[in-house]
Amino acid sequence: MKKYLLKRILMAVVTIWAVITITFILMHSVPGNPFRTESKMPKVVYENLQKKYGLDKPLSEQYFIYLGKIVRGDFGDSMKSRVETVNQMITRGFPVSGVIGIEALLIALCFGPALGAVAALNQNRWPDYLSMIIAILGISVPSFIMGTVFIQFLARNIGWLPIGGWGEFRHSVLPSFALAFLPMAQIARLMRSSMLEVLNQDYIKTAKSKGITKATVVLKHAVRNAILPVVSILGTVASNLLVGSFVIEKIFGIPGLGMFFIMSIGNRDYPLIMGTTIFYAIILVSLLLMVDIAYMLIDPRIKLVKEGR
Amino acid sequence: MKKSLVLVLAMLMVLSMALSACAPKPPAETPAGETPAPAAEPKILKANNEFEPGSLDPAVAQGTHDSWVLDHVFEGLYKRDPEGKIVPGMAKEYKLADDNVTYTFTLRDDITWSNGDPVTAHDFEYSWKRVLDSNLAADYAFQLYYLKGGEAYNSGTGAIEDVGVKAIDDKTLEVVLAAPTAYFVELTAFYSYYPVSKKVVEANADWAKSADTYVSNGPFKLTEWEHNAKIMLMKNDKYYDASLVKLDGIELAILNDENTAWQKYEGGEFDFLRLVPQAVTAQLKAQGNKELIIGGELATYYYNLNTKLKPFDNPKIRKALSMTLDRQTIVDKIAQGGQLPAEGVVPFGMTDENGGEYRNGAGKLIEYNVEEGKRLFAEGLAETGFKVEDFSKFSILYNTLESHKKIAQAAQEMWRTNLGVELQLENVDFQVKLDREKAGDYQISRAGWIGDYIDPMTFMDLWLSDGAFNDAEYSNPEYDKLVLEAKSTVDQKVRMENMRKAEQMLMADMPVVPVYFYTRPYVQKPYVTGVFKPLNRDPYFIYADMNK
Repeated sequence: MKKYLLKRILMAVVTIWAVITITFILMHSVPGNPFRTESKMPKVVYENLQKKYGLDKPLSEQYFIYLGKIVRGDFGDSMKSRVETVNQMITRGFPVSGVIGIEALLIALCFGPALGAVAALNQNRWPDYLSMIIAILGISVPSFIMGTVFIQFLARNIGWLPIGGWGEFRHSVLPSFALAFLPMAQIARLMRSSMLEVLNQDYIKTAKSKGITKATVVLKHAVRNAILPVVSILGTVASNLLVGSFVIEKIFGIPGLGMFFIMSIGNRDYPLIMGTTIFYAIILVSLLLMVDIAYMLIDPRIKLVKEGR
Repeated sequence: MKKSLVLVLAMLMVLSMALSACAPKPPAETPAGETPAPAAEPKILKANNEFEPGSLDPAVAQGTHDSWVLDHVFEGLYKRDPEGKIVPGMAKEYKLADDNVTYTFTLRDDITWSNGDPVTAHDFEYSWKRVLDSNLAADYAFQLYYLKGGEAYNSGTGAIEDVGVKAIDDKTLEVVLAAPTAYFVELTAFYSYYPVSKKVVEANADWAKSADTYVSNGPFKLTEWEHNAKIMLMKNDKYYDASLVKLDGIELAILNDENTAWQKYEGGEFDFLRLVPQAVTAQLKAQGNKELIIGGELATYYYNLNTKLKPFDNPKIRKALSMTLDRQTIVDKIAQGGQLPAEGVVPFGMTDENGGEYRNGAGKLIEYNVEEGKRLFAEGLAETGFKVEDFSKFSILYNTLESHKKIAQAAQEMWRTNLGVELQLENVDFQVKLDREKAGDYQISRAGWIGDYIDPMTFMDLWLSDGAFNDAEYSNPEYDKLVLEAKSTVDQKVRMENMRKAEQMLMADMPVVPVYFYTRPYVQKPYVTGVFKPLNRDPYFIYADMNK
């Protein structure tokens, strides 16, 4: 087990290095630069800016300087903000996005499998259709429509919850729900097809014929087996939710990390682009590792390493 | 089956209980109309800054998300009053020597920083030289190139001692310009020229990064700054004119979705909104809603024509494009924000040497004449050997924004109907568009210019042969001569006449096709008064009041 973990961590480091390098190359091959705006900026001012941020050095030199800083945990200075460093932006924004992400994850995990299981157990009857309609809505309706509709009806017209902003728990309710719809729907659909397959297995028939109550059959045997595909996508789903959604955060005015992902690209803010990308990669890689371990715990048949070599 | 149904229902119940537990009351900031509050409630005006400031250090500020705050917490030598006139600010008077380049500013006696230290001329000298420091790499350093030795110091070829600003004593500042500049006093009201406290900045390079260390000299002071969430400004009691400031504070949210911001305004959580969704503006305007105010703006929307590319190097082709563009329709049916069809490149709102409206004195240099346009186009085609079909490979380039798209679609259709050309539309990322314009990789591209100061020169010098933003690559030595002469004298008669002639020349050649003059629609609640909007700045709350 330890050997496995060590190997995985080494792979993770290599993956992240690859992400850094590819992003760096792609970032610099896109036209545009952080300093050009509609202005009469003379060449001198432009050159001063380039020099300040080290953009006047050859690309390979910039790459190694950047790698050196990353190793020490320093993501550098943003080129658009002279107020916060990239580290500060991430440290400040991540908890905010994380809270909403965790809430959305809990909602998706609460309702997703339940919806899928209900659908599978009542295949082709009204609970199935109802669950699947909800799932289709969740997948097809874009989050910005979901968010705007929530604001209009729940926040403005009925006035139960605040119109965007951040500060208290109630500010996180609408964004979490808007964010949770898609993963909930994905989980529901996955759970449904997985359950349907499991329910047709021989061991389920065996369990029923043994006289085990329907509830036990469902919860102990069917769900536990059917939930495996859901667990395997959990890593990606969770990391997507935790780093924040640009759209949801923009609509609800949430000072999270999601904003920076998209805005940094439009601004060509190189250190911020790199910082957010690497941060996301680290989260994704860690969560995928955790998911693999969870997989092994749920299903004893799965072994992560080959035994008896 | 029953068990799982029960499970689902149980979860729904838990959820609804959780929801109801945290949502019993409406949002805390309720609109006006509640029971009369006790008189002591502070007057805090709530508005939206849309984006986090890139910096609140005036030396490196570079846009409207920085300047709106700065214009409330700082004050320069001179300032703009509600009538739009330039009046004394930190300085009580100035004298201009006969050489027309040496200014002597005398500061007021009762000016202090928000921490109690006196504001001195040394602060001004320090601040202006700091903006020109090449290590600071200020985006707007070139605003200070008007000072003698400014450009040299900023490019590293000159010494700091040779920059034309010196504190003679605590109250006297001597400024020497590189050349006579008629609008220099007005420039001292621009944020790049704001003073910072020499003592505070030298002691702490990070002074502008948080509210605790922030020191300023204006009517308001920065008391809270939650990054990416909220900026709180409170009245500065040490300001010399504090008695004129009626508000106790200004609370700026940082909410960049304009639709959500509008929802908050409607819900009463904002008292003022400086950016209104375009569809909402059109609706409010049509209803004649009094909360909508169409503020003036010093900006022109135009299309660059790549004059280095055939057939756009032919003036008849360019003029034809301008003549067949129905600007009135664009303004009425598409932009719908009270904009004005362009009559030249210089917008309304400035005065000429006789004190009258500059634009009227300059005349209407753009006409909409489809017949004449068709004729010129045919002649242009004959001269260049191009055919109408050749235009199908040309495109109108614009940066991705719904409003730009609609206007481009209108222009495309008008030129198709009137001239028979089938232009394409191409939208790209803003940065990519700027890159392509600089590289000359475009045919027609959308652009806009906001004036830096209230003088036609801010538009006219755009098209000097070496102009940094002259993407149309217009180069006319006659034009250069007129504009440069106007730039180097303070004689308003000469300046204005030169600029009028230059604009006529420009519009005869038409390297750019002006479309409309911007307006700035904004909304304010009926109980908000005293807001004024200088022509080239955001609305100011300095003398604003709220009477709920």
